[in-house]
Amino acid sequence: MAVTDTKAAAQSKGPQPGQSGDAMYLSLGARLANNKGWLGFWFMLPATAFLVAFLTYPLGLGIWLSLTDASIGRSGVFIGIENFVWLMDDDVFWLSVFNTMLYTVVASVFKFAIGLYLALLLNKHIPFKAFIRAIVLLPWIVPTVLSAIAFWWIYDAQFSVISWALSGMGLIDENINFLGDPWNARWATIFANIWRGVPFVAITLLAGLQTVSPSLYEAATIDGANRWQLFRYVTYPMLTPIIAVVMTFSVLFTFTDFQLIYALTRGGPVNATHLMATLSFQRAILGGNLGEGAAISTAMIPFLLSAILFSWFGLQRRKWQQGEGDD
Amino acid sequence: MTEPQAQQIKRKTIFGTERKEKDEPQGMDFLVTRSSRWVTVYLPLSIISFVLLFPFYWMTTTALKPNEELLDIQNSNPLLVHSPTLDHFYKLIFETDYPWWMWNTMLVAVCATVLSLVAAVMAAYAIQRIRFRGSRTVGGLIFLAYLVPPSILFIPLATIIFQYGLFDSPMALILSYPTILIPFCTWLLMGYFKSIPYELEECALMDGASRFQILVKIIIPLSVPGLISAGIFAFTLCWNEFIYALTFISTSSNKTVPVAVLSELVDGDVYHWGSLMAGALLGSLPVAILYSFFVDYYVSSMTGAVKE
Repeated sequence: MAVTDTKAAAQSKGPQPGQSGDAMYLSLGARLANNKGWLGFWFMLPATAFLVAFLTYPLGLGIWLSLTDASIGRSGVFIGIENFVWLMDDDVFWLSVFNTMLYTVVASVFKFAIGLYLALLLNKHIPFKAFIRAIVLLPWIVPTVLSAIAFWWIYDAQFSVISWALSGMGLIDENINFLGDPWNARWATIFANIWRGVPFVAITLLAGLQTVSPSLYEAATIDGANRWQLFRYVTYPMLTPIIAVVMTFSVLFTFTDFQLIYALTRGGPVNATHLMATLSFQRAILGGNLGEGAAISTAMIPFLLSAILFSWFGLQRRKWQQGEGDD
Repeated sequence: MTEPQAQQIKRKTIFGTERKEKDEPQGMDFLVTRSSRWVTVYLPLSIISFVLLFPFYWMTTTALKPNEELLDIQNSNPLLVHSPTLDHFYKLIFETDYPWWMWNTMLVAVCATVLSLVAAVMAAYAIQRIRFRGSRTVGGLIFLAYLVPPSILFIPLATIIFQYGLFDSPMALILSYPTILIPFCTWLLMGYFKSIPYELEECALMDGASRFQILVKIIIPLSVPGLISAGIFAFTLCWNEFIYALTFISTSSNKTVPVAVLSELVDGDVYHWGSLMAGALLGSLPVAILYSFFVDYYVSSMTGAVKE
């Protein structure tokens, strides 16, 4: 009864708004419309809602799961750091840490070197520039798993085109077992990762190179700088901040890579190519031990944090270089 | 580089054909002879391009070869196709769920991209233009969100998806992909919005437009190229996403292309290489075509983002 009364009252008020009520409504509306905090809140709401519900909350839940013995279909109980204690004694875990490190360091170094070289080449005056850029980007835009399937076939034990070419040239006597031998498999997956990562590094650095003003090169040339000096004292310092960002991304994505290993080897042969991400998938989803898998994932966080801090200082340095104090 | 210059470059690349010779650092190229250019530029460039492209060539020829030819590596040159056939494509399209996988991937990618773009446009506008208290902190947090990789989130997300009853439905992917896309798009659009003159907005504010009207009627029309590149990136990221799709979807006909090609086209120990390659090729085509039209956007929007 009370509810309908107030409703009716509101309705009767609606068509003939009282002078004071209207003014109050306007001022409240105007005040809110001009309040930056309030506006900001509404504009941020969709993005924040998504990120909190599907990123922040799962991140917290993941850390919580790593402290439980949860498994598929059963929410676990709190067991403290037992998962991590087990992992300390787990040879496969340590092997995956080693593999992840090797994979990340080797792949990132090569991606950087080849990417920078390719960016410098593409920044030169060459015919069909746009076309060549489009071609170079291809490995990066094609879904990783699908290009990994191509590599799978290239690395096939019997029908590998590499073995065919090498034996045709008389360099090898028998086919190389690319994915069956531990070290071969490691190098093969690292090569595929470099292949996929180089375009991203190259194109991003190319974008960075294009923001370097040509007048700097002119000035340096007039001062008698040679090619190497131009690179070392003009290009490189101007590029440092972008290098910091792109390499942070590159290291981060290489470190947390899952697709390529899953498609090529699924961690085999005998765990030789398991990365931390693939091992946590195997333990959590295939093995059903959510807690243990979450612990392996959580163990990746310290590495990621250090990469992020690195990027943060790279950004600070760029701002300092551009003379922007606070913005 | 000054701000007008940057806009000039952006406008030039956006509207296409004008070449931007002026902005290409030539270094000392005028001192280099043609023959040494062959050694220092064209040769390394062709070697790198060859390595980058070879897997695609190999994928294509394999997809076109009949089975006998595929496995007969000794008697013929495997680099060439002697009697090309479309059998593998035919099998893929009519005898598997491939069309469904394509449809699922498309549906998920389009929905997640649209959702993310809406959220990212609003967030980028709020951070860049409204400048509410703490907007810089929020901007930094969104940047950090981009650095949280799916491979540490998939386990807890899987339990959440299961609790909400979204397991094995496209909604699971449509709702979880924006966490990857929103930070990326927001970051990209922030750089783009920065290049739109503030004066336009001030005039509109004076005329009594609300912030939302300004966003819809001024900012969005002016930043269509930025929206297109953000949209393409988002779409590609969705198309490429693997670990969520692998974990959250179990029915064959609900899978996305990357997961399905890998799990459904291999039965037991028998690898149908021709169909696998045809599947990989068809699955790569949409994004490859999309990009070939927009590669200039890519470089220019990257330039905007790295300058930001």
